[in-house]
Amino acid sequence: MIVVGYSADPFGRAALEHGIAEATLRGTTLRIVNSTAGDAYVDAAFAQSGEVDTIEERLAKCSLEFELSQPVGVDAAEELLKAMEPDDAELLVIGVRHRNPVGKLLLGSVSQRLLPECPKPVLAVKPEQ
Amino acid sequence: MNNLDWLIQGFEQAATPMNLLYAVIGVLLGTAVGVLPGIGPAMTVALLLPITYNVSPSAAFIMFAGIFYGGMYGGSTTSILLNTPGESSSVITAIEGNKMARAGRAAQALATAAIGSFVAGTIGTILLAAFAPAISRFAVTLGAPSYLAIMLFALVAVTAVLGASKMRGAISLFLGLGIGVVGIDFLTGQPRATFGLPQLSDGIDIVVVAVAIFAVGEALWVAAHLRRRPAEVIPVGRPWMGRDDWRRSWKPWLRGTAFGFPFGALPAGGAELPTFLSYITEKRLSKHKAEFGKGAIEGVAGPEAANNASAAGTLVPMLSLGLPTNATAAVMLTAFVSYGIQPGPTLFEKEPLLIWTLIASLFIGNLLLLVLNLPLAPIWAKLLRTPRPYLYAGILFFAALGALAVNVQAVDLALLLVFGLLGLMMRRFGLPVLPLIIGVILGPRIERQLRQALQLAGGDWTGLFTEPVAIVVYVLMAMLLLMPLVLRLLHRSEETLLVVEDDRDQQEKAAQA
Repeated sequence: MIVVGYSADPFGRAALEHGIAEATLRGTTLRIVNSTAGDAYVDAAFAQSGEVDTIEERLAKCSLEFELSQPVGVDAAEELLKAMEPDDAELLVIGVRHRNPVGKLLLGSVSQRLLPECPKPVLAVKPEQ
Repeated sequence: MNNLDWLIQGFEQAATPMNLLYAVIGVLLGTAVGVLPGIGPAMTVALLLPITYNVSPSAAFIMFAGIFYGGMYGGSTTSILLNTPGESSSVITAIEGNKMARAGRAAQALATAAIGSFVAGTIGTILLAAFAPAISRFAVTLGAPSYLAIMLFALVAVTAVLGASKMRGAISLFLGLGIGVVGIDFLTGQPRATFGLPQLSDGIDIVVVAVAIFAVGEALWVAAHLRRRPAEVIPVGRPWMGRDDWRRSWKPWLRGTAFGFPFGALPAGGAELPTFLSYITEKRLSKHKAEFGKGAIEGVAGPEAANNASAAGTLVPMLSLGLPTNATAAVMLTAFVSYGIQPGPTLFEKEPLLIWTLIASLFIGNLLLLVLNLPLAPIWAKLLRTPRPYLYAGILFFAALGALAVNVQAVDLALLLVFGLLGLMMRRFGLPVLPLIIGVILGPRIERQLRQALQLAGGDWTGLFTEPVAIVVYVLMAMLLLMPLVLRLLHRSEETLLVVEDDRDQQEKAAQA
């Protein structure tokens, strides 16, 4: 199983594309996690219903076995680490963005936590320029 | 000097660079809190009350007026883009506005709301400038019995007419009256409900109560439901309107203003009833009936105009009689008190420049809101991404600061917490907050008028009914209380029509819990 950390932006979409490619290659299943802390009235990275439909259509076309979850009120990094716990979870795919040192200081980065903490291989991808 | 001269003087005063700056801060702040559900202009003005210690009265009221009008504008943005009313007065706007946004007409919905608010706010302020001085001239001639009757009318109207449940309104009102009783009796010098605490002998400061109920209560309520699925927001560009939208909007704007202003000006206040009436009127008169329920622009234009006109209307009883009929006006009234200005019919005589500056700043604020809000709508929508913990931490900080600044005594902080818990419980059990605040403010003044009237009549209760105005008001009050009962007996089926959805967002919150 391949776990994709999805967010509703180019980074999340890149992660999804690479996750699909990798799952097709390995002939395994896909698990997509799109979580939100749920502490703001609006979370731009949380996929809205229209986008969820698009993703599901896209995956159905690839004839991959997949599971899409949208947990609310959780820490994004915790949730992905938890998804990587089962034995059959083999690879984590996340999108990473460029951050300057000040940005890193101000905003806790999910990828900065996942890269060292995840015990299994992590594929960090960037959207195409 | 006549009123027009005073108004020009007011404009001169309001248009100084410093005061314009306060107006800009006020409208920006007002729009921001209007956009965020749960945080309203009343809470914001309550949190800003400490500035009255070192800012001139005109500057402070210019800012408060900006917040008051700004809250109305901001509320409509949230209603339209999020389907969650930012303020209770924009509940109706959400019905058609959100449908329009979903149909890809968010820009037009926002534009008709903003321009409609501007039109209604401007007409409303003109009417305010025309009527308030006349009413106040009339009100000065009234004696204690009439004044008592009018204040009682406001209490009854706010409690019984607004809100879904009279019982809940009454509970909230008596809580407020009870808080108002605390302190030393001004005639006999006996301590009342002070529990032997000397700090309570001056009474409980209204600022502490207002900040606790509006800010701490709301913050605790939000903390109790911190994590929720984010709402779906509709992306929007710069608001604009086509020729057809203008043609369909201008009549609803004017009709909405006609509904809103009188309802606001009545001591019964409230924007919920006129917005509702405007909506059903537009629905009946519209040439595009089929569009209603699917996003009709008339259904946004009318109610939005109505709620802004009613906001202007509520300033009529506040400035001419010293009667607050909505939460923001109530808190603004406490600001008058903290400047040592006695609100009441004499306001226009004693503080003409301040009042006319306030009125002039309403015109300026309205224009600023239009100029700022049309291009800034997408940015306001981004504000909704602010995580609530940051927001409410800030609110609690300013609440504690504000409560402490009143008298610099620790007891006020304890009171803040106690009343904050009360505010949480009121939200939990769906008690409206407005009757409590009005009760705290008007309770002591009613008591004073009552005892004055009784003293003048030598303790004879019939002395309360000697003035014609008083008798007319009591008759109106009786009609107001009996009307729903009679209507219910006459048309059992139509009773649902009269339900005003005042604490609808409270109920929604409870449902989401």
